Amino acid sequence: MKRVGKPVFFIVFGLILILAYTALFGIKTTYGDTTTTYIKGGNDIRWGIDIRGGVDVTFTPPEGYDATNEQMSAAEAIIKQRLVAQNITDSEVYTDYNKDRIIVRFPWKEGESDFDPEQAIRELGETALLTFREGVEVDDAGNPTGTTAENIILTGEDVESAQAGFSGENGTEVVVQLKLKNSGVEKFSEATERLSKTNGIISIWMDNTLISYPQVNAHITDGNAVISGNFTIETAKELADKINGGALPFQLVTSNYSTINPTLGMGAKDAMVVAGLIAFILVCLFMILVYRLPGVVASIALLGQLVGSIAAVSGYFGNFPSFTLTLPGIAGIILSIGMGVDANVITSERIKEEINRGKTIDGAIDLGFKRGFSAIFDGNITMVIVAIILMGAFGPADSLFAQLLTPLFFMFGASTAGSIYSFGYTLLVGVVTNFVFGVTASRLMLKSLSKFKFARKPWLYGGKTK
Amino acid sequence: MKTFDFVGNRKKFYILSSALILIVILFSFIFGVQLDIQFKGGTILEYTYSGDIDTSKVDSITEETTGMGASIQTANNTLTGQTTLVITLPTSNGLSAESQNAITDALKQEFPDNSVEVLEISNVDAAIGREFLMKCLVAVAAAFVLIIIYIALRFRKIGGLSAGVMGVLALLHDALMVFGVFVIFRIPLDDNFIAVVLMILGYSINDTIVIYDRIRENKRLLGPKASIAELVNISINQSLTRSLNTSIATIIALSTICVVTIVCGVSSIVSFAFPMLVGMISGVYSTIFIAGPLWVTWLEYKEKKAQQNKNSGKGKKK
Repeated sequence: MKRVGKPVFFIVFGLILILAYTALFGIKTTYGDTTTTYIKGGNDIRWGIDIRGGVDVTFTPPEGYDATNEQMSAAEAIIKQRLVAQNITDSEVYTDYNKDRIIVRFPWKEGESDFDPEQAIRELGETALLTFREGVEVDDAGNPTGTTAENIILTGEDVESAQAGFSGENGTEVVVQLKLKNSGVEKFSEATERLSKTNGIISIWMDNTLISYPQVNAHITDGNAVISGNFTIETAKELADKINGGALPFQLVTSNYSTINPTLGMGAKDAMVVAGLIAFILVCLFMILVYRLPGVVASIALLGQLVGSIAAVSGYFGNFPSFTLTLPGIAGIILSIGMGVDANVITSERIKEEINRGKTIDGAIDLGFKRGFSAIFDGNITMVIVAIILMGAFGPADSLFAQLLTPLFFMFGASTAGSIYSFGYTLLVGVVTNFVFGVTASRLMLKSLSKFKFARKPWLYGGKTK
Repeated sequence: MKTFDFVGNRKKFYILSSALILIVILFSFIFGVQLDIQFKGGTILEYTYSGDIDTSKVDSITEETTGMGASIQTANNTLTGQTTLVITLPTSNGLSAESQNAITDALKQEFPDNSVEVLEISNVDAAIGREFLMKCLVAVAAAFVLIIIYIALRFRKIGGLSAGVMGVLALLHDALMVFGVFVIFRIPLDDNFIAVVLMILGYSINDTIVIYDRIRENKRLLGPKASIAELVNISINQSLTRSLNTSIATIIALSTICVVTIVCGVSSIVSFAFPMLVGMISGVYSTIFIAGPLWVTWLEYKEKKAQQNKNSGKGKKK
């Protein structure tokens, strides 16, 4: 076993404190009115709609209509766009192609009391009106005005399809290719003839939102238009989806929805924070009273584990996106903290046992961690099994876990329970933090502490006093 | 250290557990199991209002707008101090946003002085609800099977498959206890129920594994001479302090959450934390008193049978 020096305790303890501070409060600078967030803190946690209130709705095509996958992704694109148009940026949208369902969740916006969720849902499900208009005159509210409002060249009904493609001299430029129906060919030909002379603009609108305004370069007579610009493959596909969506042949029906008022949830959140804080302090006191020195170490490790879980949901680590925390998600954190307590209890008990058998303190600590590990390992791996099943069953259909479990859940549609997905996630994170803090950090701290003179008494490890 | 004969007294624990399970089953048959609309489908509209509202008028409004009979209740929300009106409709395909809006408008018109506001709406298609319930059950079943396989592999030296099965039996015991809390306290089963069950399963299997781990270690230390009953009993006793202390720590945490949320009146979390607390206690109980002893019963039964086969085999040879 490697030797662990005296300073190690302070290094590990310091790192945990730094993690705790930054994970709880984040790192932000305020310059004038703009606050730049470098690291997200506890206040940046996205609470699930069961906690902070919000809307959960499932859209389907009307009964008996079998939508194609293209139509479903076009519909998804429309919904996303409308969410943004309503200033709802914090939404989750899942599409289930097998069962033709689109699940949309978005939280209630903070401080917004006159927000009407039914209105929002109705607007999301309405058939979109796609228009091609002359010029690009926009008023203060972003709505078309003047010639642009009056002169509609084409509507969604005139468009056959749109897709992303390549064009240009070498065939390397990304463009959106438009195919018009017969009803649109003549209208488009007339407009492009007129506008190409002045290098005029045709703007493309979805309802009252401007989505693109290409310049007219040529007179197009055959109904095959190409929109060029600085597209990437993604942005071109996005525009094509939006245009296709405007030509969506069905209306979206809401079959499932729930709204939760935030007044219910936020009180619950405050109560949870108070309860969590008191519970954490009591558990630490219990550990210290029962296990003495290893109990102190365990308390520090538990702090690390708790803030580790918070960091994993708040988006602390840049490459992990923030995660919606729901009530079951909190249960997952409680369970993983419980597992962390257990890991420390198992080792502390083992150390006590070994000391009472007459082992030296160093030997007892080494043996305690070694013997305790297999139980901790097996217990945590079963947690991983549960977590993976939950994430696969109730998470987004395109995730890795979901694909692994397809043979098991093939007959079911995409999940309607993001709340349980959150449970799986916090549990999985909990297992990782358990190995990092509950096992590794605890061992480093305890071994390092035991090098100090004051820590050479067996009593401090629960040994019997003679 | 005093040792307690868990294995020797196992019959008493079996009787206790069987009695509890019987009570839960009886309760659910007599009083029925309430499914939340998340699972069975339907519509619940919840409004806040001030002053008094004539519920029979509400009834006629919903009857007029939807053509369905509704059950109407008023309640006090202790957390926000608001009075609420709950309308439950037995819809099977979910209520359209339009008719739901029509109800809200009609209510506001009928009671202009009561400041009626929408608090919460849940609306679930019956087919989606059933599918969700099935998916939850399949997920739990899959978790069971994988846990058995994992234990069978990791503990093959001590007869892992039967150990896994017995561990899962103890889990079923705990799941039934959680289920019992929901049934006895008339809490409708929803996705929180699934989360609580899964959490208790995770906790309880971890507990059981710690004891199995000790059995595995003791088998190595004591060798083949020790009888299986002795082995299991020693192992349970050695892990006892750990089992109790871990449970005390978690029970402290969960009771704090229960107490604080009851004081603050957050019923949604109480209905979540309280079954969890009961499941936790059941979890540690089933680990100590059920999983290990049950496994001994099984192994002894198998041994006896093998003995009998051997004897009868010898008999034939003669």
